[in-house]
Amino acid sequence: MDFNFTEEQEMVRDGLSRLVREQYDWETRRSAVESDAGWRPEIWAQLAELGILGMPFSEEDGGFGGGAVDAMIVMEEFGKGLVVEPFLPTVVCAGGFLKHAGTDSQKEEHIGGIVDGSRVYAFAYAEPRGRYDLADLQTTAKKDGDGYVLNGHKAVVVGAPWASHLVVTARTAGGQRERDGVSVFVVANDAEGVVRRDYPTVDGRRASEVYFENVSVPADALIGEEGGALPLVEQVADEAVAALCAEACGAMKVAHAMTVDYSRQRKQFGVPIGKFQVLQHRMVDMFTEYEQSVSMTYLATLKLDAPEKERKRTASAAKVRIGQAARFVGQEAIQIHGGMGMTDELAIGSYFKRLTILSSEFGDVDHHMKRHIALA
Amino acid sequence: MNLEFTAEELAFRDEVRSFIEENYPKHLGDAGMREDMSPEDMVAWHKILGEKGWSVPSWPEQYGGTGWTPTQRYIWLEENARVNAFMPLPFGVSMVGPVIYTFGSEEQKERHLPGIRSGDVWWCQGYSEPGAGSDLASLKTTAVRDGDHYVINGQKTWTTLAQYADWGFFLCRTDPDAAKPQEGISFILIDMKTPGVEVRPIKLIDGGYEVNETWLTDVRVPVENLVGEENKGWTYAKFLLAHERSGIAGVARSKRAVEKLREIAGKELLDGEPLIEDLDFARKVSQLEIDLAALEITELRTLAGEQAGKGPGPESSILKIKGTEIQQRLTELTLEAVGNYGAPMYGQIEDAGSNQYPIGPDYAQHSAATYFNMRKTSIYGGSNEIQRNIITKMILGL
Repeated sequence: MDFNFTEEQEMVRDGLSRLVREQYDWETRRSAVESDAGWRPEIWAQLAELGILGMPFSEEDGGFGGGAVDAMIVMEEFGKGLVVEPFLPTVVCAGGFLKHAGTDSQKEEHIGGIVDGSRVYAFAYAEPRGRYDLADLQTTAKKDGDGYVLNGHKAVVVGAPWASHLVVTARTAGGQRERDGVSVFVVANDAEGVVRRDYPTVDGRRASEVYFENVSVPADALIGEEGGALPLVEQVADEAVAALCAEACGAMKVAHAMTVDYSRQRKQFGVPIGKFQVLQHRMVDMFTEYEQSVSMTYLATLKLDAPEKERKRTASAAKVRIGQAARFVGQEAIQIHGGMGMTDELAIGSYFKRLTILSSEFGDVDHHMKRHIALA
Repeated sequence: MNLEFTAEELAFRDEVRSFIEENYPKHLGDAGMREDMSPEDMVAWHKILGEKGWSVPSWPEQYGGTGWTPTQRYIWLEENARVNAFMPLPFGVSMVGPVIYTFGSEEQKERHLPGIRSGDVWWCQGYSEPGAGSDLASLKTTAVRDGDHYVINGQKTWTTLAQYADWGFFLCRTDPDAAKPQEGISFILIDMKTPGVEVRPIKLIDGGYEVNETWLTDVRVPVENLVGEENKGWTYAKFLLAHERSGIAGVARSKRAVEKLREIAGKELLDGEPLIEDLDFARKVSQLEIDLAALEITELRTLAGEQAGKGPGPESSILKIKGTEIQQRLTELTLEAVGNYGAPMYGQIEDAGSNQYPIGPDYAQHSAATYFNMRKTSIYGGSNEIQRNIITKMILGL
């Protein structure tokens, strides 16, 4: 048993921590989020330069040979600064599909662009009527000669306005919620027939409704097995869940620290409000929720390579625990900040909003509780 | 003891229902749920009720109240909630109005009560300050007597909808040397057009601008705008807060919101079945309904007590705590119900016309913004921590 990070991992954390501290203060983030672009490609370029975007790929694929623990470190630091740049959809999701199931030529085609920052991906998995079920798909991909033709509507595709490519789940066979018949494709975002409606999200990111209207893709757009990709999608989604849990830990840590700090400064009835026991205990509970979340994040991350059932059950357990903690910590942070917590002037509101949305991304508490029960 | 309506009460309900059906402005739609209304829309129903004589049901009849029994008032609120009516704002009718008719001079009653009843005069509340929130009595805004005027200086905050207000009621310190901070405060009415009054908007986390900072710089106010006695303002302020609290439970509105939540959860699908048929989700909705039923009867007991001559006491803190917790839970479950479509920032998405591809179902719109916005309810009107302190002190005697 060893809960220590390697020297290299500590260096990565220090480097990212410095980047977030020096270039990602809340005011700067806010103006980037409110700008037309909504993100900062120059930050993305720096992440490429620091080797962050190539970290989880093996050296033979052009990466730096890192793994899930490295992604966890990155996401935790990003959570602290509420970083909006699309590391999760690009590196964790698209990268995950390529690592697990990409052919040599697909890896060659895509991974280089991810590592050097020239390509950005979004993961189009959710559908308007599918809630959090990864197999509940109405989007279809019909065989057409050597290639496929895609039709359908993907909901709330985070990062799609920034993406050069979309990773899309679609049915090549089977009924709407069947496990069989699910396939995964990589589609250029500017391919003919891809129609997007872009919008900001309440937690400072950009997303799109993406419509596929007779979008033709070649045979090598298919990643993994035709009609048998659901286990692959589930694996990548569990990796995304672990990464989101890490992001939540970073955000909760900062939200808690800001709240404790505020309670030291804000005086009412002649004393700092942090002297009131009712608030002290609440902040202790926030801290406890955070610590439990860190533990579950470690567990989920370290079990990503476990046998399928164990991996799934652990990822769901983590998402349940972190979903609950994120709501609690966010709500209490606002309450203890009082009226100031309700304003757009303080950073705490942004942490609360990110924690709110994060708790339901890739499945909310109920969804993962059901999954945990079903796998008992 | 019984909960049945009498034949007279049922007849009253029918009368009220048909009046609302005929007169509630149709264009307001489901306005009671929205936070983005025009000021004209916010007073539209108030003005209609003013003409009918129903805008201030709970006031004494001599000041324009309807003389309705608590049961009738309950029916009135229920019937309004059926259409999700946007009710008259509380600042005039529930806050300053009762203070004026209870403690004000005859001249103040004549001058101010008609405008409150009719909805022609918009009021705002100048209580909190940057350094005086939960500890309201530490407020620093000063009113210094200068001949026939007070000269007022200070900064108020969280003045809700002050950008539209004609008048405000302010707590100001008139005796800085009083033995206790509560003893040197006065309750003063200020015409918001007076030179030196400046209202600056505060943007909230849901993106809206419903509260403001109000700066008062050498504002000269005639002494006749003092309500009651100088330095007794704290008594009136507490009286007002107790009134504010009983209205704050929002039972009728929450009942309507539960129905709406059920409708939404009936349309959302989980594994192809309506979400409301999912036991995990249905339990949460039922829990809310159960809590709301308990709150409703508690509120009715309080109303009945009021009718028997007992003013709203510290028990109204229970209504505030439970009422706001339920409102918050409702918005949280609504956000949960809409799944992925909670994330879009609908307020910032331009309506590009009917040809555009839609973003999620209509009922998902603003679900996150409303959830964010409603976090305020456990903070305002005396935070829920302060309400618990009141119960600790006044009821438990600790």
